[in-house]
Amino acid sequence: MRPGKLLLTGAHRGAILVYVVFALFPLFWLLKVSVTPNDLLYSEGVRMWPSRTTFEHFDFVIAHSAFPTFFKNSLIVSGATAIVVTILASLSGYALSRFSFKAKYWIVALMLITQMFPLVMLVAPIFRMLSPLGLTNSLTGLVIVYSAFNVPFATFLMQSFFDGIPKDLEEAAMIDGATQFVAFRQIILPLTLPGIAATLGFVFTAAWSELLFALMLISGNDAATFPVGLLTFVSKFSVDFGQMMAAGVLALIPACLFFLLIQRYLVQGLTAGAVKG
Amino acid sequence: MASIDIESVRKSYGPFPVLHGVDLTIKDGEFIVLVGPSGCGKSTLLRMIAGLEEVTSGEIRISGNRVNDLAPKDRDIAMVFQSYALYPHMSVADNMSYSLRLRKTAKEKIASAVGAAATKLGLDPLLERRPKALSGGQRQRVAMGRAIVRQPKAFLFDEPLSNLDARLREQMRAEIKKLHADLKATSIYVTHDQIEAMTLADRIVAMHGGIVQQVGSPLELYDTPANLFVAGFIGSPGMNFLEGRYVVSAEGDGKGASEGAGIRLSDGTVVPVARRTDIQPDAAVTLGIRPEHVVISDTGMLEASVDLVEPTGFGIILHLSLHGLPFKIFTLDRDALSAGPKVRVDFPRKYLHVFDEKGDRAD
Repeated sequence: MRPGKLLLTGAHRGAILVYVVFALFPLFWLLKVSVTPNDLLYSEGVRMWPSRTTFEHFDFVIAHSAFPTFFKNSLIVSGATAIVVTILASLSGYALSRFSFKAKYWIVALMLITQMFPLVMLVAPIFRMLSPLGLTNSLTGLVIVYSAFNVPFATFLMQSFFDGIPKDLEEAAMIDGATQFVAFRQIILPLTLPGIAATLGFVFTAAWSELLFALMLISGNDAATFPVGLLTFVSKFSVDFGQMMAAGVLALIPACLFFLLIQRYLVQGLTAGAVKG
Repeated sequence: MASIDIESVRKSYGPFPVLHGVDLTIKDGEFIVLVGPSGCGKSTLLRMIAGLEEVTSGEIRISGNRVNDLAPKDRDIAMVFQSYALYPHMSVADNMSYSLRLRKTAKEKIASAVGAAATKLGLDPLLERRPKALSGGQRQRVAMGRAIVRQPKAFLFDEPLSNLDARLREQMRAEIKKLHADLKATSIYVTHDQIEAMTLADRIVAMHGGIVQQVGSPLELYDTPANLFVAGFIGSPGMNFLEGRYVVSAEGDGKGASEGAGIRLSDGTVVPVARRTDIQPDAAVTLGIRPEHVVISDTGMLEASVDLVEPTGFGIILHLSLHGLPFKIFTLDRDALSAGPKVRVDFPRKYLHVFDEKGDRAD
């Protein structure tokens, strides 16, 4: 029995390892190219690590390109979207979880419908709507568009977390002397921190890596976000891979930091939302 | 402390009626137990008094004031939930003081109120702990503590002991009774456990199918159940029922007017009962007798076969078949352990209950 079990465990671990390597390899390649000097990029063939490394690409991206602006813009847009969506989704998710009201069924259906269309279809109408309002080429416009697209899913996510919290708790608080809103704020919200962290993280990364709308609604460098900025490394005749990858590595940092910050709640949250009644 | 009046209160969920007009007057300081099987509407009634469910029609008054449209927080009541509903992110002390903090009570006052309640419930060493670090019994105590820190007009209990093991339940039951004697607070207690109902209540309200079946002291319900439901629900093991017809023999046996009536069972045996004034001769009736009142005797008038013998330690439960129907006896007599395949039983007349066709008590 022992050797059989050992084999199974080995195969299991092996499979996970293969999967992790597969998922992480592009990131590794990003890092590798970002430190490869330009003259070695095409001359060394395919190598796991260049014979000489350099930080000149990072130096260029930080000191001589518009990337600091792109980062700042991305941070503002993603952060603001994450916060706006999480606040809206907490309130609407709570309402869906706790109240029964007339059009509930239709509101849920409508929210699901918004998730059905390919975003490409919506680019033109949205541009048409935002342009007379002066919201094209502005970060505010992006925050509004991203929030609109993320609120439905985030609402369902938050609703599932609220569903996991027994109703008795609010009722106890209301009998203790709280209004429903105070009970929500003081009792339910603190218990939903994992859900809030999960929603923040989800929306932040979605907004951080969004390219389509950023590209269509923004022209010029002043309000461009970082995915749009990456395209500036593609010129008519060549792609500046080294700098592009260096910018990519830098773009990973905020997302990593953000997840490092919320991972404590996230792990708790993923299980709490799924299993705990 | 306060009295609570419930006047023709109804509740429906959409087209589905749950409570069909409940009337109840609860005196100041009284301990009322609402008892009944799952789905009888007892919890709904309690939650309506608490303000957690809307009243479809009728009126609820606390201290004479109509509270139908008041939010729970404005009714000044405290409630202990079955799940305890302790706030997981707060310490025991914070859980207990939450209601006082919401009312912006002075810090010193909060400290003394929490201290007093904690001492009363033996929670002093646990005040800094979070609920998840407590045992079931301790959590239950905290839930009680949360209710008693402020002096509410009434205490509501929603099956507070049903998550505890038997031993702990017994202990907490006694503590709740002591607490009530101490605080003399108007209390409404919902349970499906009839032992809790019998031991705690000043008055029991037995409910079934959204209708109050009987209101009375525990012994009233035990001794003179108003109908078949109450008769079967109160008491454990439950009352035995036998179908029959009410007969009055013309001659009697000469011992008085109350003599000469009986219930003819399906096999023709006539069980003599005191004469009933509110049933017609030959009407279909149900005869009831509690298992602890049946007498085993060699000269008994009915013969039953023994299916099962259950020693409980305190006494013995005999499961019999009488005319093919299940029938139980509870006896303290250890000899019953070796009861043969057949026993003869007698029904002492004073312990017999007669119910008419509709299931109501006939006297």
